[in-house]
Amino acid sequence: MYDIVIIGAGVSGSAVAREVSRYDVSACVLEKCEDVCEGTSKANSAIVHAGFDAEEGSLMAKLNVEGNEMMDQLSKDLDIPFKRNGSLVVCVHKEELDGIKDLYDRGVKNGVKGLKILSREEALELEPNLSENVEGALFAPTGGIVCPFELNIAMAENANMNGVEFRFNTEVEDIKKCDDGLWHIRTNNGEYVSRVVVNAAGVHADEIHNMVSADKMHIIERRGDYCLLDKEVGGFVSHTIFPQPTKYGKGVLVTPTVHGNLLVGPTAIDIEDKEGTNTTAKGLDEVFAKASENVKNLPMRNVITSFAGLRAHLEKHEFVIEEVKDAENFIDVAGIESPGLSASPAIGKMVGNMLKDKMGLKEKSDWIATRKGVKSTEGLSIDEMNALIKENPAYGTIICRCESITEGEILDAIHRPLGARSLDGVKRRTRAGMGRCQAGFCSPRTMEIINRELGLPYEKITKSGGKSNIILERTKGEVSHS
Amino acid sequence: MKTYDIVIVGGGPAGLAAAVAAKEAGNDSILILERDHELGGILNQCIHNGFGLHTFKEELTGPEYAYRFIKQVLDLGIEYKLNTMVMDIAPDKTVTAMNREDGMFTIPAKAVILAMGCRERPRGALNIPGYRPAGIFSAGTAQRLVNIEGYMPGREVVILGSGDIGLIMARRMTLEGAKVKVVAELMPYSGGLKRNIVQCLDDYGIPLKLSHTVVDIEGKDHVTAVTIAKVGPDRKPIPGTEIRYTCDTLLLSCGLIPENELSRSAGVKMSPVTSGPVVNESLETNIPGVFACGNVLHVHDLVDYVSEEAKRAGENAVKYINEGCRDSENQDFIEIAATDGARYTVPSSINLDRMSDLLTVRFRVGDVYKDSFVSVYFDDERILHNQKRIMAPGEMEQIILKKSQLKEHEGLKKITVKIEAE
Repeated sequence: MYDIVIIGAGVSGSAVAREVSRYDVSACVLEKCEDVCEGTSKANSAIVHAGFDAEEGSLMAKLNVEGNEMMDQLSKDLDIPFKRNGSLVVCVHKEELDGIKDLYDRGVKNGVKGLKILSREEALELEPNLSENVEGALFAPTGGIVCPFELNIAMAENANMNGVEFRFNTEVEDIKKCDDGLWHIRTNNGEYVSRVVVNAAGVHADEIHNMVSADKMHIIERRGDYCLLDKEVGGFVSHTIFPQPTKYGKGVLVTPTVHGNLLVGPTAIDIEDKEGTNTTAKGLDEVFAKASENVKNLPMRNVITSFAGLRAHLEKHEFVIEEVKDAENFIDVAGIESPGLSASPAIGKMVGNMLKDKMGLKEKSDWIATRKGVKSTEGLSIDEMNALIKENPAYGTIICRCESITEGEILDAIHRPLGARSLDGVKRRTRAGMGRCQAGFCSPRTMEIINRELGLPYEKITKSGGKSNIILERTKGEVSHS
Repeated sequence: MKTYDIVIVGGGPAGLAAAVAAKEAGNDSILILERDHELGGILNQCIHNGFGLHTFKEELTGPEYAYRFIKQVLDLGIEYKLNTMVMDIAPDKTVTAMNREDGMFTIPAKAVILAMGCRERPRGALNIPGYRPAGIFSAGTAQRLVNIEGYMPGREVVILGSGDIGLIMARRMTLEGAKVKVVAELMPYSGGLKRNIVQCLDDYGIPLKLSHTVVDIEGKDHVTAVTIAKVGPDRKPIPGTEIRYTCDTLLLSCGLIPENELSRSAGVKMSPVTSGPVVNESLETNIPGVFACGNVLHVHDLVDYVSEEAKRAGENAVKYINEGCRDSENQDFIEIAATDGARYTVPSSINLDRMSDLLTVRFRVGDVYKDSFVSVYFDDERILHNQKRIMAPGEMEQIILKKSQLKEHEGLKKITVKIEAE
């Protein structure tokens, strides 16, 4: 029996979990995948939006601006990379300059600070690789970039450090309010009972909502294809470059990432498949074509990987964060599409405050606000490296050569709270396998470490949980590993 | 940390042969740095035979071939460090490396030999659409899993790319009991050696579909099916030609990329064609005293050629140390140009004074040529015109230049290698 059960360990669920962990409650997060950050939160633009896009007065606008403002402190507290690189909405058609002005006005009303409309010359001076056709741009200095994995993982870890339990590979099958007035949550891993349920199930939030409410919800899966480019061209632009937004969203952007890659995407196509994270040839072509309207000579030959993400779009294009009217003590955190990542700290805060008021929660005296990330060896001097290796020789062995990730970092990722159990889990916590060879070199070595540290037989080691086993079986006979 | 005259980055076939040659040329201060836990490099996972026909006149497996050189390194007492990753090579030839025992250390070397080999092009670089499940491997990664770790990736296999590793793995997976359903190749010709097509595909009845590529990968968690389609002359898939194969594994053998991240940071000038350093007749890069050999220089089909090339790099490194920096400013270089179907040459320039009596110039062609001629021009004069029954991009070509012949052509500025129809 829990006070609070949160469904979903994406960035929203984890943000709520962290806020809830401030209080003296018993809380648990149920996640159907084997790790945090396995859905929408793992495949997006990694952007902290300034907040000028969303409709004035909307919850989206409010939480975006708030979330953006919270990010400096949060990134310090949780030791995650975040950079205010600034963003530009580029206009390449004279007749659309009014659109820039409208965005500016909306941004000002939403409380976005420092917005400025740039002339063609000013825009080109900031970003020499913009298209020759640029007519003007909206500059938002508060726009930023973040590591979406680390933001998600850090909030979850911090919640866990503060006592929130996490149940992975636990899929909710049914939810019922019983005579005891409590929510009974049936899962593939047994029943969970809770006073309050928070539905942060991403693209599945409608299914969860519809289990308890007569007022049905329908989430539209909006898929976007992305291409990630090598660090060699990470400096191609320094700001996040947006086109003019359309009804399908903020369009195909070109942005540096906090780790020094270049990211291009997404497309936007509505599909009806909650698992439909496949890229398409058409989509990948479109990424290049659309991005090329705003920047010139995009170095697409440096693509190292492409992927697709789903956005949990609701028809009314607004976040739904509220107690469900016909289901007392059941709170939806639904329709969290872009700018959900940017807004996530504010979403967590908002739900945390709702629960505090509703349940009369008391703050803990011993809440830990900070968390240290996986110790990175990047940029360490020779003396610092030697001190580290002396203390722990595992930092002297490079496992991922593209990203220079050491065995020490991988051990840290495995053994920390909510540690990695799969190759993707290691990747999202350390970047091992995220480089230009895309794990061709390091995956057998990472498997060796997972096998040794977790006692997982090779056949059971997965790429990302479920049935994503890397190998099938042994070849003939026993093999000794020396 | 001790200092060394010659630091060799990489203990694979190139690094080993370079070390042996340098030692035999009289230098006793050599260190090989190898990132793996044993010497031999990629040969250790190449347990098939066919290595060493040129060098040893017998057919060896990869580990056997490697051992011939490892033994020489051991017998000659050449120093090496295993499990050691080179982190940086500075333009002044200071090598920074790291391992568990020594920590991070620097070695100011007099000469550096780059022998880092190459890596495979991953799925992302190929822009193959579809899901991103488990079950997609570069052929070399699968080869390591099967041959070294002793694990099977899957039972039903589709292979994209007909590079030699892909072909070898088609046979290897078959021998381990898997069903290889098809090998698809984007180009209208194979990227591998003819002998591998015959011995690895034809002998096992594995179909090779030229001018085909993968257009979809199915399976959310694990690969469940792969769809290939025919491509037109623009290499774009032709709608309506799709064939779907149920399978649990997709192997990619779509080209090798010389691993030159360290070379680049050192300031070594690179060739956009080979993705390897630009070198002169001594296999020396634009940085005096930095030499390159093996697959880091350009991707080879035969390890025998790697060994022969690396030997030259090792000897020239010793020469460089003994004779000091030979100022290249005042020397007349002869440029070697590749045109008309010849894609590049290694080396790409010659200093006549430093050239040995014979110089092997290797190159690849950009297309399949039947009954065509390899022609060599000294300035405008054609001095070589060799007919070849067939030339293909998957098979490396070579010509041998004689120093005496070059000297006869006084004032020679440019040698051109080209492919001519008649």
